[in-house]
Amino acid sequence: MSKKLIPTKNLSDEQLEGCEGLGLQALGIDAERGGAVSSSRRQFIRNVGGVSAASMMGAAALMTHSDQAQAKSTWAEWFQGNYRLMTKKEKAEAIARLEKRYSEEYGKKVTVDGTDAQEGVLFGYALNIQKCIGCRRCVKACVKENNQSRSKEQEMEWIRVLKMEKGEFSKDKMDDGYPLDYGVQVGGNAYSAAGVVLEGEHYYDPEKVPESDSHYMPIACMQCEKPPCVKVCPIRTTYREPDGPVVIDYNWCIGCRMCIGACPYWARRFNWGEPHLPKEEMNPKTHYLGNRPRMKGVVEKCTFCLQRTRHGRYPACVEVCPVGARKFGNLLDPESEVRRILDRKRVFRLKAEANTYPKFFYFVD
Amino acid sequence: MNKFIKFIIDYVVYVAKGGPKFYAWMGFLVLFVGPWIYGSYTQATHGLIVTGLTDQVSWGLYLANFVFLVGVAAGAVTVVFPAYVYHHEPMHKVTVLGEMLAVAAVIMCLLFVFMHLGRPDRAWHMIPYLGVLNFPSSMLTWDVLVLSVYLILNLVGGFYFLYKKYVDEPLNNKFYLPIIFIAIVWAISIHTVTAFFINTMPARPMWHHSMMPIRFITTAFAAGPALIIVCFLIIRQNTKLWIEDSVIDLLSTIIIFCLGIALFLTMSEVVTELYASTEHSFALKYLMFGKHGLHDLVPWFWTSVVGMVLGFILLLVPRIRKNYTVLPYICLMIFGGVWIEKGMALMIPGSIPTPIGEFSLYEPTTLELFNCAGNWAIGFIVLTILLKGAIGILLGDVRYAPASANR
Repeated sequence: MSKKLIPTKNLSDEQLEGCEGLGLQALGIDAERGGAVSSSRRQFIRNVGGVSAASMMGAAALMTHSDQAQAKSTWAEWFQGNYRLMTKKEKAEAIARLEKRYSEEYGKKVTVDGTDAQEGVLFGYALNIQKCIGCRRCVKACVKENNQSRSKEQEMEWIRVLKMEKGEFSKDKMDDGYPLDYGVQVGGNAYSAAGVVLEGEHYYDPEKVPESDSHYMPIACMQCEKPPCVKVCPIRTTYREPDGPVVIDYNWCIGCRMCIGACPYWARRFNWGEPHLPKEEMNPKTHYLGNRPRMKGVVEKCTFCLQRTRHGRYPACVEVCPVGARKFGNLLDPESEVRRILDRKRVFRLKAEANTYPKFFYFVD
Repeated sequence: MNKFIKFIIDYVVYVAKGGPKFYAWMGFLVLFVGPWIYGSYTQATHGLIVTGLTDQVSWGLYLANFVFLVGVAAGAVTVVFPAYVYHHEPMHKVTVLGEMLAVAAVIMCLLFVFMHLGRPDRAWHMIPYLGVLNFPSSMLTWDVLVLSVYLILNLVGGFYFLYKKYVDEPLNNKFYLPIIFIAIVWAISIHTVTAFFINTMPARPMWHHSMMPIRFITTAFAAGPALIIVCFLIIRQNTKLWIEDSVIDLLSTIIIFCLGIALFLTMSEVVTELYASTEHSFALKYLMFGKHGLHDLVPWFWTSVVGMVLGFILLLVPRIRKNYTVLPYICLMIFGGVWIEKGMALMIPGSIPTPIGEFSLYEPTTLELFNCAGNWAIGFIVLTILLKGAIGILLGDVRYAPASANR
């Protein structure tokens, strides 16, 4: 059995039917950063040397690998408290520690942002299900932006795009009911599932998208206002930030996976092994609660790209969407795009009956 | 203090010495420890990726065994309760054995929890005052608290009793009886909380029903005494400690009642779920008949049903119930049946399908099986030691002798 998620294929532009010219920015979002980070070989070796000493300390303490030239954790990191309960000074220290470790580990200047939520901001998301063509550029952009693991053994994707069949109605099957013995038919079998049901296929692999017999529904963390995952976490490592996103302190998580059990949207992912994040592909602009590199044995998920959104940028998935299906903004601002959508369009929430109050809305024009 | 040190020394010396049967049994158990060390080390270094767990099925055998063993730990109350509430005299004499079983079972629970955690090195985050507990919201927090208190209650209660017996002093009932009665209530609480821990998740419809706690209790009070009967019969045959027939008979009667209710509850669930057959019944259908071409749990489920139903029917017949040659096998059958029912037949289909309707397979890896077997073996090593020590003291083989150094 292949481990964890089957990766989604990156569809090339030719495969994108009917949206030529719209998706070109898709692969280029990190271009500005990519150029600046190539380090010389000498530098690379020096970094590795410096790191292995640190990694041995961590390894001795934590029984983690010492054969990789990466420091997994240090003693100080191991003893640090729950991020939310740290003082300003402790937070700054933790961040400095991480910046140092990541910079050594990835051979480039890595920043770990600690920006707090702004007053008067509540992030919300709206997705136009009518427009989505199932190209999964959002998935790929998210992986890239958020430093997800990308090895064969551990392919991590926070967004999954569900393919919904349009259903099949067939005259031949109309009489396939049960039981037929007494001449009274109690059920029919005339159609297979159709419409928005949460049984979508998310391993679809077509030549071209969109496929004529399907429509698509991307899902990710719904950033619930009443998140069940936060309620079940035994050590308060996952919590709702004041500006909306539900975040995880990766350094405090014990990996019990209660949150994975409690999430009605299957939005959370677990680092079953040590994440594999190639040095050259690593996004060095990180946030403590967002896209900083994770370690094995902890849970992760979408954070509305708070390393971007807290600085006024769009999440990577919004930026990359070639058809403009994804909208993002401040729910507290009546003039924001997302609020206008909520005011004017036909909006629904996934599994509204779970009463979790998602801040991720779906709509149709 | 001298007395106490002597108690420890005498206890250890007595426990370490035994006949060929004892060494053979312990040797057999130790065989599983080698693979366990290898398995645990590999998992600690590589992470849970060495298990068959996935993002789809993220709770597997470790948690399944944990849930079952919480029940076994709670099941010890079937010895304590009749002894202290109904004043069942023969049972009273061997109460401490029940407490020892509870201690061993909780230790196994802890081993399984540690195996389940992605970051066992951070387990200190769950220690009150050192870490940050999400109390009272998180059911896992509750579980940690009630289980550790239960362990302490049984350790203190059991060893206080043994120590007093050892030094031949009367028990201080003002200290001892409250522990016993609190432990009785606590036993119910540990399994109730363990049920709440999974049934408070609407995202997993198979678990999300209010019948879960009582089903947990009834199956626990079937599997627990089943194991106790087997232990007691082995003790009767291999040691000088005679356990009265009335003890065994009372325990098998308890099994009948509890297993009967458990089967009734299972039947109620099957009817409730399958009659209307909403999407919420998919997990149960997957378990009972297989779904979407996946049938891996079907044989397990039906084996468990056969074990429990057949065991129940056989126990109903007094002649069979009182035949102590057959009884242990029936008990093992029930124990196995409940182990499947509470373990893989409950924990695994709970995750299948996933909340977005995906059906997937969970196949434990060999390493995972090594680790599970090792945890069980270690648990039984602990259980054997605890029971042996307790029996030695109950028999008076181990007692305080101030004058001579070796007794």
